[in-house]
Amino acid sequence: MAWQFYLVIKMRESIIMKIHYGTALGAVALVAIHILFRMTQNFSESLQYQNVIANYHLLPYALMLEVVLILLSVHGFNGLRVILLELKQGIMYEKMINYGSIGAMAALIAYGSRTILMAGIGMS
Amino acid sequence: MAERISNREGLRGMANPTRYGLERVAYWLQRLSGLGLLAYLIGHIYETSSIVNGKVAWDKMLELTQTTQGHLLLTLVIGMCVFHTANGIRVMLGHGGIGVGKPGQPEYPYDKSQRSAMGSLNYKQRLCIWVSIALSALAMMYGMAVLFGD
Amino acid sequence: MVVETISKTPEVSVPISSDSIILRISRFNSETDSSPTFAEFKVPVQKWTTVLEAILFVKQNLDHSVAVRYSCRQASCGSCGMQINGKPSLACYTKISELNSNIVTVEPMHNFPIIRDLAVDFKQMFATHKKMKPYIMREDSELTTGTKEFLQTPEDVEKYLQFSYCIKCGLCNSSCPTMATDASFIGPQGLAQAYRYVADSRDDGKKERLKIIDQSHGIWRCHFAGSCSHVCPKGVDPAMAIQLLRGYLLGFRK
Repeated sequence: MAWQFYLVIKMRESIIMKIHYGTALGAVALVAIHILFRMTQNFSESLQYQNVIANYHLLPYALMLEVVLILLSVHGFNGLRVILLELKQGIMYEKMINYGSIGAMAALIAYGSRTILMAGIGMS
Repeated sequence: MAERISNREGLRGMANPTRYGLERVAYWLQRLSGLGLLAYLIGHIYETSSIVNGKVAWDKMLELTQTTQGHLLLTLVIGMCVFHTANGIRVMLGHGGIGVGKPGQPEYPYDKSQRSAMGSLNYKQRLCIWVSIALSALAMMYGMAVLFGD
Repeated sequence: MVVETISKTPEVSVPISSDSIILRISRFNSETDSSPTFAEFKVPVQKWTTVLEAILFVKQNLDHSVAVRYSCRQASCGSCGMQINGKPSLACYTKISELNSNIVTVEPMHNFPIIRDLAVDFKQMFATHKKMKPYIMREDSELTTGTKEFLQTPEDVEKYLQFSYCIKCGLCNSSCPTMATDASFIGPQGLAQAYRYVADSRDDGKKERLKIIDQSHGIWRCHFAGSCSHVCPKGVDPAMAIQLLRGYLLGFRK
């Protein structure tokens, strides 16, 4: 696994930024759909347990949520990585920020995916 | 030779939105909204995870979030999201060289020409920033109408 | 070590006549001082008096030890860049009357190490500029092609002309929000000069320069805040240059 992380960190900055722009555009479209779904019902009704679970049971919607999660985690933590890299410089610090961002992305995606999976297959 | 102090402005300089016009304010708002949205994303993923613990846990979470403060926070998130998106699209297009003017012969007194359609700080950029702020305000008003109107 | 410079104007208003101002000059000598302080001087001004003239009045009549860099006095050399009432400007190009204040505060430009008082160290900026390979790069030369010179149309020249107006004053680097915290960032001056050569039809070094700027503290740390173009005294518009340059890396331009 370590060599894969090494490859990731060695990505050219232009590739990372293209990913940043791509995830932004993708997230805009899918978050809009996510919000529109909330508007198919009255707001407080749409937040009721049975209605939310029903959403998770819809496979296309659950997949869309998963994609939104990945896109936003990548975009958000890359943005944070950029801000933190600008605040302080140094080889060890930059390595820590780069690896930390990837770790945070992975952790958030894993935790969110757990929710989507468990709610989707009815483990609640 | 005695050590020279770096004289970098530091975080205070980076985070100060004043002195340099609307574009600097937009930069500052973009950063602030980005950080706010990231914090919200983490909170949202955490709060929605309570659904796996059953109806009781979910309802308990709703009691915490469906409050006046919760609605106000969500309204702020709506505003940040719309601004960050709209301004982000302006910045992305700018990064590709779209809407930043065309190189030409600068004319004295130079500062005026920067503000002309030729320069990067042109009226189109300023208009897009104001539109982003306006859309954000409209979205917040609509959000409040939905959240508090229920 | 980051210096906290105080640039707030004092709250007590000083009763002065309409033809004089209070000039607050930041004083710092690295050999004797631990942090900058301000010295105040009452300076007579006329309608066209520039900030540089006010500083030189102080130097001539009130305190000879004020260290200030200046040369052409006509916004050509870029030597007299400093913070004037909190904004990076050329002292020779800023009239006291433009500032609309009876109290004028001058400090050394931010984001440059202070040598003494208002004089700052340009070493890093020049080193970064050199890294951009600020010269025409091509295999042949004017002597080998058989023509007298490399021909360019007026349209070719217009593509890079305004970026060649850069006088290396450093005001753009001083105003940049990224430069405020990122000591490794190339900066608007370097990036604009990289574009000046990439856009020059005589140059063949595009690939090499794009490789230099495509790094984690390179062009991608510019976020189009536009402050550099806001303060540029020569209409170079470094923000435009940087976005146009980025277009090459993003595939919008070939």
